[in-house]
Amino acid sequence: MSSAKNININLKIWRQKNAKSKGSMETYKLDNVSTASSFLEMLDQLNEQLINEKKEPIAFDHDCREGICGMCSLYINGRAHGPDTGITTCQLHMRMFKDGDTIFVEPWRSKAFPVIKDLVVDRSAFDRIQQAGGFVSVNTSGNTIDANATPVPKHDADKAFEAAACIGCGACVATCKNGSAMLFVGAKVSQYALLPQGKVEATQRVLNMVRQMDEEGFGNCTNTGACEIECPKGISLENIARMNREFLKASLK
Amino acid sequence: MAKSALLKSSIVKKYWMALTGLFLCLFLAGHLAGNLQLIFGDALQFNQYAVFMTSNPAVKLLSYLTYFSILFHAFDGFMLTYQNVKARPIGYAKTNPGANSSFSSRNMAVLGTLILVFIVTHMVNFWAVMHFDKNMPLMKQTVEVQGQKQELFVGRKVGEFYQVDQIQLEGEAPNPMMPKQITIKNGTDVYNIQANVKIGELYKDLHKITFAFFQDAKTGLIATILYVLAMAVLAFHLLHGFQSAFQSLGVNNKFTPAIKTFGKLFAIIVPLLFAVIPVYIHFFK
Repeated sequence: MSSAKNININLKIWRQKNAKSKGSMETYKLDNVSTASSFLEMLDQLNEQLINEKKEPIAFDHDCREGICGMCSLYINGRAHGPDTGITTCQLHMRMFKDGDTIFVEPWRSKAFPVIKDLVVDRSAFDRIQQAGGFVSVNTSGNTIDANATPVPKHDADKAFEAAACIGCGACVATCKNGSAMLFVGAKVSQYALLPQGKVEATQRVLNMVRQMDEEGFGNCTNTGACEIECPKGISLENIARMNREFLKASLK
Repeated sequence: MAKSALLKSSIVKKYWMALTGLFLCLFLAGHLAGNLQLIFGDALQFNQYAVFMTSNPAVKLLSYLTYFSILFHAFDGFMLTYQNVKARPIGYAKTNPGANSSFSSRNMAVLGTLILVFIVTHMVNFWAVMHFDKNMPLMKQTVEVQGQKQELFVGRKVGEFYQVDQIQLEGEAPNPMMPKQITIKNGTDVYNIQANVKIGELYKDLHKITFAFFQDAKTGLIATILYVLAMAVLAFHLLHGFQSAFQSLGVNNKFTPAIKTFGKLFAIIVPLLFAVIPVYIHFFK
């Protein structure tokens, strides 16, 4: 990486002691950040600096650091997962920033995603939506049918796979001006609705998942399309339209 | 489940938003066709159209549906916006909305509120005058008979005219020296006084008050400018709203690019043609 260089940056980061306390934006200065490092590595570097200064390190979510798990979040300079498209924050690199930049780092903002500490939010609302209907019934009595034994049209399989690429990171909620979770729920409804295995519970699934989504306090979809653009997995708005169709079908049954 | 969901759910609110919105798009097209008669038709044609629009039972039904749609679209939009604001109690310190969405899509509530204000003032200016104003002028025509100018009320039957000075106007006290034969009742009905029998009907002159409104020496220019601005707001609202309605109803397929293109054309052309009318009346008539 011969093109890598070191830059000095200013950071404005949301600090909040716990779920009950009132947080605020704090300013930090960090020197000698390699442009080859990832955004999370930069935060690691900042945390080392804070620990050396005997200060509380910044809490932030991360796990696989290869864009698969959906754990990392962060609203960076006004955009979910930062200033690039089709990536999670762990895939964001410091080469996207310039020497002397001031970078804003905030947690996902949603009533349904309360802040636990600093930049960490509680995304279990997504788990509860999933539990409300994001599953299929499978006979596990020993007569389990191989999934490949059920023919699925290629087109449907592809669409279902695209929807199933959702990693549940919550960028759609964070970026939506209404804090709507419809891209997430649309993807989860679609991945089953498109497959024969998902047809059995199709009616109850969409009704239950949408009801749970509403109960969690997410906002409503205004079709701005912001979620689709910020989604690290490129989940399409088609999935929201499909959920709307499924919901209408199910409501009329 | 199904029944309560059809009233409460976030998705159902969007269905209603879309259905009422699309119906109002149809209304806009119809209203525009009527208004264009102000440019391409004469006063009589426009006033005949006004009678048709206020008396035909089918049109009446449609107009009630339109009032309902406007009110429900606004109410539903208010409910959705209220929930959306509540869904993010603490906002971001830094935002960059232009990176992923259009101005129109983010400001539908503001644009819609402005349109609602416009609709109310618009109805006060024209609809309320047409329906309730006791001083609404009746359509007259001045003709020259043997070198003398005569003012005639225009009747609704072909070739039916009434000399203005021979009609006892509504609210006018009878003159015992020169009693008149004919009078006007209920705004537009022509009655024979002695027999108390309806013998004809006149036109309310909506054409005249529309022209007067935009040609008024003091307020005509500002009214024209405000009208044009309101149409610009409408254009931005439609720019997002038209195609958004189809997405809300679950239509996102091979026709979507065509729907988006048609929606953009509709959003630009319809408000533009609406806006041309007052500009034409104020500056070129």
